[in-house]
Amino acid sequence: MKYYKTDLHIHTCLSPCAALDMTPRRIINAAVAKGLQIIAIADHNSAENTAVAITTGMNYGITVLPAMELTSQEEVHVLALFDSLKNIFAMQEIIYDSLQSGVNDKTGLGYQLVVNEMDEILAYNKRLLLGATALSLGDLVRDIHSFGGMAVASHIDRQHFSVISQLGFIPDDVVFDALEISYAMGAHEAKSQFICYNGIPWVTSSDAHRLEDIGRKYTTFLLNEPSFDEISLAFKGKREIRL
Amino acid sequence: MLTVGAIAEKLGLNIVVKGDISQIVSGCYISDLLSDVMAHSNEHNLWITLQTHPNTVAVAVVKGISALLLTNGRNPEPGTIRKAEAEKVTIMVSPEPTFELAGRLYQIMKSEE
Repeated sequence: MKYYKTDLHIHTCLSPCAALDMTPRRIINAAVAKGLQIIAIADHNSAENTAVAITTGMNYGITVLPAMELTSQEEVHVLALFDSLKNIFAMQEIIYDSLQSGVNDKTGLGYQLVVNEMDEILAYNKRLLLGATALSLGDLVRDIHSFGGMAVASHIDRQHFSVISQLGFIPDDVVFDALEISYAMGAHEAKSQFICYNGIPWVTSSDAHRLEDIGRKYTTFLLNEPSFDEISLAFKGKREIRL
Repeated sequence: MLTVGAIAEKLGLNIVVKGDISQIVSGCYISDLLSDVMAHSNEHNLWITLQTHPNTVAVAVVKGISALLLTNGRNPEPGTIRKAEAEKVTIMVSPEPTFELAGRLYQIMKSEE
């Protein structure tokens, strides 16, 4: 087994709120520079930059997990990690069908760039990626699980878009695989503040929207190999997780 | 003192789950963040919100909220209705937006003082 420095929450230039130079190629370079071995690309309600990030990562020895940061009807953000492009794109289809309608005119809400491995712009995603889906939190988490994915409650210590801020507490019927502490809060503080959720595994990540933010917080996993399945075992308590 | 039932009648609200509508309403709190409602609402408040999740019922019980009012044509989720029935929490709905309902409620409450 080996320790893997892991940052499971990085936005690319596809997210309306991310910097335009957050291209997969530059993100991978930054991840190498920060000594990360596993990252997840997690754009808001879209996975259109994940494939290029995965192939670019392979060339630099970085394992990239396909992920999205999804928005429930209650405006709870959920980090959804998947084992394959097939499953993430199947989930993306459900998300696109239930995302609130409307067009992002690119000046108002960011450019939402789909890019290739050379940082060239392939398309502007016109959907309202920062909007909410019509899926309740319970249905959203069930859908993630039905495609073999893992559901991590995003930045639960934050005052907005977290399950705690939106819904007061984690509903009994919503099964998260892990809870994410934002970069702003220390692990000890989070664990004492949210002591009632100590039965669920914790991760901490950067939620990077700018290159310099990548790896500002990370989680260390003791794994047999850098893979979705091994992280899944860690969330089941069968591998060590260090914050 | 105004009761939930009186407010429902005056504002023309549709009662989806009928708890104890003789409960008094001494004030109103408007928020869609349940953490905020837990922190700042008061007992016997009418709670106006867009949130339809079952957790709203739990927060209403904990805080002693007299009734929930969902605005803008939103309806409670099936799980929310079940929970509200079990906890005897009144849920009312209206097609009107929050601003109009709050404005009219404010006038009604001021005229009662």
